[in-house]
Amino acid sequence: MIRSHVLVCGGTGCTSSGSQAILAKLAEELKAKGLEDEIKLVQTGCFGLCALGPIMIVYPEGTFYSQVTPEDVPEIVEEHLLKGRLVDRLVYSDTGDTKKEEDIAPSLNDTTFYKKQKRVALRNCGVINPENIEEYIARDGYFALAKVLEEMTPDDVIKVINDSGLRGRGGGGFPTGRKWSFAKASVSDKKYVVCNADEGDPGAFMDRSVLEGDPHALIEAMAIAAYAIGADEGWVYVRAEYPIAVKRLQMAIDQAREYGLLGTNIFGTGFNFDLHIRLGAGAFVCGEETALLTSIEGNRGEPRTRPPFPAVKGLWGKPTIVNNVETYANIAQIILNGAEWFNSMGTETSKGTKVFALGGKITNTGLVEIPMGTTLREVVEEIGGGVPNGKKFKAAQTGGPSGGCIPASLIDTPIDYDNLIKIGSMMGSGGLIVMDEDSCMVDIAKFFLEFTVDESCGKCAPCRIGTVRLLEILNKITDGNGEMEDLDKLEELANYIKSASLCGLGQTAPNPVISTLRYFRDEYIAHIVDKKCPAGVCKKLLSYEIIADKCKGCTLCSRVCPAGAITGKVKEAHVIDKTKCVKCGACIEKCKFGAIIKK
Amino acid sequence: MKSIEELKAIKAKMADKVAVRSSTGDTRIVVGMATCGIAAGARPVLNAFVEGVTAAGLVDTVTVTQTGCIGICQYEPVVEVYEKDKEKVTYVKMTADRAKEVIEKHIKGGEVVTEYTIGAAKI
Repeated sequence: MIRSHVLVCGGTGCTSSGSQAILAKLAEELKAKGLEDEIKLVQTGCFGLCALGPIMIVYPEGTFYSQVTPEDVPEIVEEHLLKGRLVDRLVYSDTGDTKKEEDIAPSLNDTTFYKKQKRVALRNCGVINPENIEEYIARDGYFALAKVLEEMTPDDVIKVINDSGLRGRGGGGFPTGRKWSFAKASVSDKKYVVCNADEGDPGAFMDRSVLEGDPHALIEAMAIAAYAIGADEGWVYVRAEYPIAVKRLQMAIDQAREYGLLGTNIFGTGFNFDLHIRLGAGAFVCGEETALLTSIEGNRGEPRTRPPFPAVKGLWGKPTIVNNVETYANIAQIILNGAEWFNSMGTETSKGTKVFALGGKITNTGLVEIPMGTTLREVVEEIGGGVPNGKKFKAAQTGGPSGGCIPASLIDTPIDYDNLIKIGSMMGSGGLIVMDEDSCMVDIAKFFLEFTVDESCGKCAPCRIGTVRLLEILNKITDGNGEMEDLDKLEELANYIKSASLCGLGQTAPNPVISTLRYFRDEYIAHIVDKKCPAGVCKKLLSYEIIADKCKGCTLCSRVCPAGAITGKVKEAHVIDKTKCVKCGACIEKCKFGAIIKK
Repeated sequence: MKSIEELKAIKAKMADKVAVRSSTGDTRIVVGMATCGIAAGARPVLNAFVEGVTAAGLVDTVTVTQTGCIGICQYEPVVEVYEKDKEKVTYVKMTADRAKEVIEKHIKGGEVVTEYTIGAAKI
């Protein structure tokens, strides 16, 4: 008889920090102690707190262990699983303090990281074994599909999705129900449903986590969508760089077929639906829906003009809906709980929750799902645990290469689609990169632009050539050769690219430049007029100097300098030859007297 | 899958198996499982509680868990029952059979089995 479940995260984050070794060791120890029949080992999807992986949860107590190593496993088995005593030093705590309460184990849901979250799309991630369809069914899996097929007409389904206020979670935020109704209205002998799992924004990984942690949620939702628009075939376009996600999705599709939840005559209602996976090679432009469809068709991934929209003329010329993974992950819950339940969460124009991938200069790197309308401050300071090392929050970047920066002055902005657009950023797929005072905003703009220059497919000139010209101007500024009129040129060119590009990639590529110019113009001016990088990032504008009064002549710096730029006699002040200095910063790290400064 | 009945059957079959991960824990049955408890036979008691709670279909609200030594080793196996808004009940010198009785009378019926409580034990 099973009395306790031990859940170990098998997401990509924890797998790379060694969770497979922990699973193996656990199995071995449980066997040695004769506990195999009492304790169940479960590999799950992502819990969200990737920075502290590998993560383990022990139920029924809900004890949350973080940064577990295989060496810790015997102690956990002996102490916790056999004797019921928590291994305090491994229990996660918000404060880093692991004093336990008298009886109640510090449970996952009591941590600040989870308390403010509301898990809808991620409800099963970290709770079920994604490789077992029955665990999904136990959590009401496929009941939404049964309800739809047995009790609802396609129009009913579209009405519920419309009423719920669900908007596309992949970036643009187009109302999902409306997209479905367009496809339903298109008359054709064949229609398709497509899932966009080509998650390309640097730092975003919520789609991967859903695929890895709850693949059946996607399959069920796509079947529901197919029923609503009158399709019988679906494609999931997923990056080949997500091997665990691809493997679990394929496994889930096979199981769903075996259980008759994919295939013909599902639930005896005469409804047929089957699903295929198409692997993408990781081109960013293939996240754009028309390029994605072109790629599924077997052609080079290039966008085409819209209209006609895919809902009219999509895959192989047939009416098609393309939705993002996270959008689909909400569907079954909306069907089961009703439109009112969903639209009671969130703000006036943005309903429900949104998953964000927290990254950059933040304590709790990981995945969080919050109701729309939560402020940036709550996300960064409370759930995210703030900026580490006592540094100051400077800005948050949302929307990846298509988005913009939110400065510290707007940290109390409630996050939703329209507020983000209003302040010059966008939701995007939900990457949220936190920057502190050591981040140079011109450098950040350059970073994202380098990405889009690389990823531009080259089909249209504004994007192919325009972004390169933008990057050249930025490089000129960070090299210290900028002129004030360059700022006007940047803005003018950025606006041309936005208005003239063919697809979303080019139309949004200048956003990082525009938003940093809007909120951090003084930093651009510092680079141009003062020839200084205030954050001390842009190498060409830095110079290293030794303060003669503080230098004790210990010679450490001259020995560590790779360029031989530091000279001086023992016990006398040293000097840096600026013509030889490569600005690597090695000397600053070595100096014990704080005698070297970077300007 | 030919009908929703089949789906419901799978859910029912699996319900007990995953409920332990989302139990509300309104009632907690805590079995002392330190060296003294294990030596005195706490393991069959623990298993009896787990089986009993599952069989009674109470996994959603009742959690069975272990704890360390409570400090009254001569009365092991010791079992404490915490119910929401009620006083804690401590059972001593438990056996698997007594566990079944506690589930029937106390957990399901709401009647404390006084004869097994620490108050009734002769010290």
